[in-house]
Amino acid sequence: MGSTLRRVSRRTLLYAAVILIAIGVLAPYAWLVISSISTKIDLLGVPLKWLPAHPTLENYRTLFLGTDSALSQGMSFFSRSMLNSLIVTFSSMGVCMLFGVVTAYAVARLRFPGRRFYLILLMGSYMMPPIAIVIPGYIILKSVGLMDTQVGLALVDVTFILPLVVWIMRGFFLSIPLELEEAARIDGSSRLGALLRIILPLSAPGLVSAAVFCFIASWNEYLYAFLYTSMRARTLPVLIGEFTTKVGTDYLKMAAAGVVASAPPVLLALIFQRFLIRGLTEGAVKG
Amino acid sequence: MASRLFNPFTMDEPRRLGITLVMPSVIIVFGFLLFPFLYSLVLSLMNYDLARPQENSFLGLRNYLQLTRDKYFLNSVVVTLFFSFVSVAAEIVLGVAIALVMNQRFKGRGVLRALIIIPWALPSIVNASMWTWILNANYGALNALLSQLGILRAYKPWIAEPGWAMIMIILANVWKETPFTVILVLAALQGIPTDLREAAVVDGAGAVRRFGSIVLPMIAQIIMICALLQVIWSLLHTFELVYVVTRGGPYNSTDIIPMRIYWQTFKALRFGYGAAMAYLAAVALLVPATFYIRAAYRVTVD
Repeated sequence: MGSTLRRVSRRTLLYAAVILIAIGVLAPYAWLVISSISTKIDLLGVPLKWLPAHPTLENYRTLFLGTDSALSQGMSFFSRSMLNSLIVTFSSMGVCMLFGVVTAYAVARLRFPGRRFYLILLMGSYMMPPIAIVIPGYIILKSVGLMDTQVGLALVDVTFILPLVVWIMRGFFLSIPLELEEAARIDGSSRLGALLRIILPLSAPGLVSAAVFCFIASWNEYLYAFLYTSMRARTLPVLIGEFTTKVGTDYLKMAAAGVVASAPPVLLALIFQRFLIRGLTEGAVKG
Repeated sequence: MASRLFNPFTMDEPRRLGITLVMPSVIIVFGFLLFPFLYSLVLSLMNYDLARPQENSFLGLRNYLQLTRDKYFLNSVVVTLFFSFVSVAAEIVLGVAIALVMNQRFKGRGVLRALIIIPWALPSIVNASMWTWILNANYGALNALLSQLGILRAYKPWIAEPGWAMIMIILANVWKETPFTVILVLAALQGIPTDLREAAVVDGAGAVRRFGSIVLPMIAQIIMICALLQVIWSLLHTFELVYVVTRGGPYNSTDIIPMRIYWQTFKALRFGYGAAMAYLAAVALLVPATFYIRAAYRVTVD
């Protein structure tokens, strides 16, 4: 009798905690999504109603279709920024994956002078405060004429994402048995051949994990983009920041823009969750 | 070790290949990270103004000396430490508690585990804008919710009051960062062999005892790494949250160091002074960073 009662109250307590967690995690973001499909009338009423009377996609339409000025080259500021974000994200991702994978292979499998030092340096660079790099970076980009360009921003992104890729991939490479590689090499394969044919296919989860990390890190990056880009090359996060920091904030537009900007990283994280968690634990990095 | 040395595998000039493969990323890391970092040191010893380069001059340690008397900077140090300490404490305690709940068996566990990653994946600028909207004094969801629940009689301008502004910044930060702790701790919890727990149950150990003497020791290391990462992260990456939600105000009550550096450098255009501040912050950060590197190095290398 007593133990059944205890079990029942334990279950109730557990489910209460679960519901509390679910609400806590989801409610703020859900409110952003709801706001994005609401009209001003829905949101400015007191007392506030939690669901819009007439859900609408109007806020999204104005984001994509409004042509704000000639400067945005026939696109809305929003579409222009989105294109900038895509270009910067994919180019920095490509560079990081290429150099990150070969570097990770070298530090995981080859013994060469300075290996340990380089490993610690890489980890240290991950600890480097962006705010300490931001000022000289600004002067350097300005002097080489890469201010407010996609190339400049992509380069800056590479510097802080590359160490991340190396850490994640190194963890995955270390978990692949050395014997597999040796077998391929005895069969006459070169070292890089073995990397391409044996190691990379086996570490596909690692590659996926690292690529998704690259995407999210670069797509979400704000500080550098905020300081190094403006009208021409500004990315989505910069534009969203402008929605809220300039006078006359349009919260509806901001909510719609926020939902669009968060959709790729959120969906990628949901789809590739398992890979990401392995990446987090293999690399012991924060992403 | 010995088998490695006599291995045909490691003998065919791994040195040359290793160095070649590492070279591009060495150039990138040195060129774009270490060089600016050293450049920053030089800047911090100068009076450097982008707009008036003819007035640039070498100051020696004068920027640093001035920092020790700059009451805004000293305020920022206190604000930053408070923000960071409270945030991380909450992220760890909440994170471990949530992970323990989510490690139980319940309906919808898979779904909740998937959804918990959303705040982590959210761009931090979206997080900041979202909370600005939620905290809005006139139309914000928090005011609406609290007054509909009868907790709040009149709408409150959360970010216009120093104490509340700090609490709200911490809340927004904790909401976004806690899932990271949950994910790592949950992964560690699942690594605990179930027979170990069952044995403890058989031995009559209660829930508290089981947690204290079996679970906690097994997740202690990951909690340690988590805490260090969260500290470093909160010190480094909180610029946009404060910039968007409170702009450092009211009355500098949320003026964290990255904000102060931003004002001095890009608004007052005192690049040298800003660099000195950034450098001091970076050096202070070496303490948790060293601990982290040692802890993580032990995990991943040994």
